[in-house]
Amino acid sequence: MEERLITAAIVVFGVPAALVGYILLTERLIATLPEQRQGRIRPWFWIAPALAFLIVFLIYPTINTLALSFQDKVSKSFVGLDNYIWFFGDAGTLEALRNSVLWVIFMTAGVVALGLLVAILVDRVRYESVAKTAIFIPLAISFVAAAIIWQFMYQYRPPGTEQVGTVNAAVGLVGLGPLDWIRERDFLIDNFALIFIGVWMWTGFAMVILSAGLKSISVELLEAARVDGANEWQVFRGIILPLLTPTIFVVGTTIVITALKSFDIVYVLTNGAFGTDVIARKMVFEMFTTQHFGRASAVAVVLLVAIIPFMALNIRRFREQEAIR
Amino acid sequence: MRKGNRGLRALLALGGSALLVAAACGTAGDTSDKEVTVVGSWGGSEQESFLAMVKPWEDKTGNTVKYTGSRGLGAYLTTAVASGTLPDLAGLPGPGEMKEFATGGSLKALEGVLDLNTYKADTVPALVDLGTVDGKIVAVFIKTSVKGFIWYNPANYDGTAPANWDAVMATDPGSAEALWCVGLESGADSGWPGTDWVEDFVIRESGPAVYDAWVAGTTKWTDPAIKGAFEAFGEVLDASYGGATFVNSTNFGGGGNPLFTDPPGCQFHHQASFISDFFKEQGGAADGEFDFFVMPEINPDYAGALTGGGDLFGLFSDKAAAKDLLKYLVTAEAQQIWADRGGFVSANTKVTTYPDAVGQKSADAITQATVFRFDGGDLMPAAMKAAFFRAMVDFAEDQGQLDSILESLDEVQSTAYAPA
Repeated sequence: MEERLITAAIVVFGVPAALVGYILLTERLIATLPEQRQGRIRPWFWIAPALAFLIVFLIYPTINTLALSFQDKVSKSFVGLDNYIWFFGDAGTLEALRNSVLWVIFMTAGVVALGLLVAILVDRVRYESVAKTAIFIPLAISFVAAAIIWQFMYQYRPPGTEQVGTVNAAVGLVGLGPLDWIRERDFLIDNFALIFIGVWMWTGFAMVILSAGLKSISVELLEAARVDGANEWQVFRGIILPLLTPTIFVVGTTIVITALKSFDIVYVLTNGAFGTDVIARKMVFEMFTTQHFGRASAVAVVLLVAIIPFMALNIRRFREQEAIR
Repeated sequence: MRKGNRGLRALLALGGSALLVAAACGTAGDTSDKEVTVVGSWGGSEQESFLAMVKPWEDKTGNTVKYTGSRGLGAYLTTAVASGTLPDLAGLPGPGEMKEFATGGSLKALEGVLDLNTYKADTVPALVDLGTVDGKIVAVFIKTSVKGFIWYNPANYDGTAPANWDAVMATDPGSAEALWCVGLESGADSGWPGTDWVEDFVIRESGPAVYDAWVAGTTKWTDPAIKGAFEAFGEVLDASYGGATFVNSTNFGGGGNPLFTDPPGCQFHHQASFISDFFKEQGGAADGEFDFFVMPEINPDYAGALTGGGDLFGLFSDKAAAKDLLKYLVTAEAQQIWADRGGFVSANTKVTTYPDAVGQKSADAITQATVFRFDGGDLMPAAMKAAFFRAMVDFAEDQGQLDSILESLDEVQSTAYAPA
């Protein structure tokens, strides 16, 4: 008990004290330097702690993961490209790769399209904030909870018995189904049923950001176009869309990364069975179930490599915008 | 000067929050010699029953039991062992972990703790063996369970226990739509009820030697004995209610519900003893509306073979009170308390009275078992177990894939058993 109290005291008092001490100490050090160099050196001292954390918790693990991906199950011996050969030769991982691509394409397209549609529609109604709140709420739910909700929504009962799942009850009203949505391989229905959950959750996010972008478009500009005789579609295509493109781009890249990292929904609903596996679930499976550090690291590296271009695009876009400002 | 002032305020705020954190930490547990900490997987009514079971001991000795229920027992104990902050007594997730903790030295041998002669005389021999590592008893079963019960609704089936498996399969489903009900869905663990089926076939068809070799990873999955067990389960699936879609989309808890519909969906449901609670809570069945017989023999050479599971308990401390509690827990006197509360099968053969037929028949099955084996999937390495679960789902979806499923299981087997 006392031990814990002492640890707690060290953490809560020690850390801020150390930080303050660090600043004071570095100021002393800087003061000894020639006046004209002080200004250039100081920022480096200030970001040094953050940089240290970044190196320890991000850069070092990344490099270590890369190293592990060339080693065997227990990270004892070097196996060259074996883990990557496994990755690109295993039917299970290739299926996961295909599904992740599906997630990236359809979740991103779905979220951006629906988010944009809702943002534009609610912009014209009086109950805008209520509508936006309703659509935003799913984002506040954890992935696992959302997956459980949809497990009930997609629930399947044999034909001829009462359908307790909302989706099957609804399609039953028009004389279709029932369908076991999250396990039906035909036409990749199961994958799309899972991706739809992602779309349902993230549409609110896209809507909020796009809606803010929409509000920043000057009303005069739109008025001018309308006075000149442009119809609503022309206004949208010619003015709103071009002006919103940077925002759409930011939203899109964020969703692409989210889609690549998607794990929880698949894990909870199918655990990757019925042809619905995705890269992130495969990584967790290889890491914690198979405990094959080499393969798990190889999957992680592939995932990282897939994400890097989108990160780079995002950063470049951001810089361009900053330059315009 | 304004800047300095703000810094001071920030420091004060930090100090304030620090005090709050310290106060929150102040409630953490304090262990004395009179208090025994116990961690188990039981919650809800099971937890209440356990506490009722230790109450007389607390009253007699003046010690107190501090029980914590945790679903993630495996992860909890792994971290606890690594950090050294162990509970006094704890449930063990399975025999695999038990071996690990025992050879690692954190799990205490029970030589000086239990009166071994009485313990051995009173306990089902197979269960004594399961708690033994390198000739030393390190864990005891507080609670056991039997797998391979075949449940039926007395309104649709007269209750005669068929003499062998062929007779079961030849049963006329009567008014029921199908002979069997199977539900394999269980979130990330989907497929496990199917593994129970395969295990029950392997032990009854091929006996304990094959079963042990298969569980230990030395008999291949493509071996005719294992393939035969899958095929036997395939016949059950062919005769099951709702087809493959129902099987894979139905949660194990509701798997037996069609027994109670009108007209009934199925005649039989294969599941361990715990399922009776689900019948009552989800299936809308009352006591007396369900009953079971033990899955009969397949190969007469192995008649009386049984699979099951249970909650292993081990000692992690040298505290006198903890040792005394463990000694008390295995006695018939203590075990009878939980048995009377229901939903419990004792490993102690001196416990003979059970409040309901399910408990009574389960206990009889265990004492009469000629061969008792722990759930095979739970004994396999985690990667093998996960692949086994998945294989059942894939097999139920498309039985035509059996050969490729078994081949991929062989592939997992070739790496999963390698020493870490």
